[in-house]
Amino acid sequence: MSRDATPGLGVRLLSGDLGALARAATLVENGDPVGRVVVENIHPRTGRAHVVGVTGPPGAGKSTLIDALIGELRGRGHRVGVILIDPSSPISGGAVLGDRIRMGQWDRDNHVFIRSMAARGHAGGLAPTTAALIHLFDAAGFDPILVETVGVGQGEIEVAHLAQTTLLLQVPGLGDGVQAIKAGILEVGDIVAVNKADLPGAEELVHDLTMMVTADTDPDGWSAPILLTNATAGEGVRELVDRLEAHRRYLDITGAGRRRKEIAARFEVFGLLRQELEQESPLHLLQKDQIDRWRGAISDVVERKRTPGAAVALLLGQAAPSPS
Amino acid sequence: MAENQGSPPARPVRVLIAKPGLDGHDRGAKVMARALRDAGFEVIYTGLFQTPEMIAAAALQEDVDVVGLSILSGAHMVLFPRIIDALRARGIDDVLIVAGGTIPDDDIQPLLDLGVAAVFGPGTSLGEAARFIRDHAPVRHDVP
Ligand SMILES: Nc1nc2c(ncn2[C@@H]2O[C@H](COP(=O)(O)OP(=O)(O)OP(=O)(O)O)[C@@H](O)[C@H]2O)c(=O)[nH]1
Ligand SMILES: [Mg+2]
Repeated sequence: MSRDATPGLGVRLLSGDLGALARAATLVENGDPVGRVVVENIHPRTGRAHVVGVTGPPGAGKSTLIDALIGELRGRGHRVGVILIDPSSPISGGAVLGDRIRMGQWDRDNHVFIRSMAARGHAGGLAPTTAALIHLFDAAGFDPILVETVGVGQGEIEVAHLAQTTLLLQVPGLGDGVQAIKAGILEVGDIVAVNKADLPGAEELVHDLTMMVTADTDPDGWSAPILLTNATAGEGVRELVDRLEAHRRYLDITGAGRRRKEIAARFEVFGLLRQELEQESPLHLLQKDQIDRWRGAISDVVERKRTPGAAVALLLGQAAPSPS
Repeated sequence: MAENQGSPPARPVRVLIAKPGLDGHDRGAKVMARALRDAGFEVIYTGLFQTPEMIAAAALQEDVDVVGLSILSGAHMVLFPRIIDALRARGIDDVLIVAGGTIPDDDIQPLLDLGVAAVFGPGTSLGEAARFIRDHAPVRHDVP
């Protein structure tokens, strides 16, 4: 591996070279130092793309709908990036990434780039390096970038932190929407699509969900529209893209866009910090004199001389929380 | 990072499994995808009816190390050269190409001559195939 080649990779990526984008993504996923350098180099040139999270229960039709969205977005002249996340096997660490099966024939179109990503042990519906991959796609000129999460059950809704717009899929036959309320996932949808409109119960579900979310209008005036889609037939997709564009405009003209970007930046910074801290010994982060403090704090917790909360306060140089 | 004792993160080998051609049976390909997952590979499964162009575009975007082609239709002598050409046309000349399905013995040598690294016949065990791929997956340069 030669670091000399790194500026070349970043420059090629910025010029839209798809091979460079693909290779940079691999390096980033693998935690390769070259990948890290590329992300550092291109980061100032990113932050423009509209990041759209697509989430919902397993089998709801996320991938099929994304394929239909690609067609509509291409028709409107957008250069579309897609990141498809599937789970890794907790036993072997391997993965079968199968979302790509639903993608149509985009092979002759250089303005569509689709990448599958294994969650690699990360819970929450994303992979550890999804944020960094989004930057790479952004730098290569893809906008919007659609991110399909792992099929979510209850509460794996991280993508809402990273995306500017979250598209939540629901389908008839999985309950009356109460499941979505319990899990708190309805709140993350800026737009809700009731997919499989061709199946019985779809309109009723739209009705139920509408009753439940009309009360939620955010301070800047957005309330989540609830649309019917049939992803297989492409029905409702034009309206859906209209709503995605409307949400993007809303983010631009109100303060909401800036707030979303702050949430995304915080999420990414904390994610990296957590990865560093979760290494067996995050000692490389610390100054020599801090290392002893770190080791001492851990021993103190083991020996019950200090609570975990007090250890954190010590490491952050704060006053320990006092027991009430 | 001198203090960091952790070994570098393992680099999962990425394998594209595709079914070129017109036969509509992908059970074998799915079984192989699962077996490779259980052996620790990241498998991108692209499904049925893949054209050479679709396979090459997916191999590029997914930056795979290995392309596995499963074929039952008998069209391998026509399709494989096209697939290899499509890969080369996109600058992909360092992937390991393996094949499975129903390929007559007489065709094996011509396929190897084309650049296919191995042909797994119906008698090949899943474990053998996984081991071959692990042992032969290219150690690539990081920058293409
Ligand atoms: N009837 C009907 N079937 C659909 C519709 N959209 C998708 N499907 C089917 O639902 C199944 C799952 O679709 P996917 O697009 O793979 O769903 P997904 O949410 O991406 O699935 P995971 O990624 O595995 O969670 C496939 O068999 C699709 O053909 C729809 O609008 N109507
Ligand atoms: Mg999917």
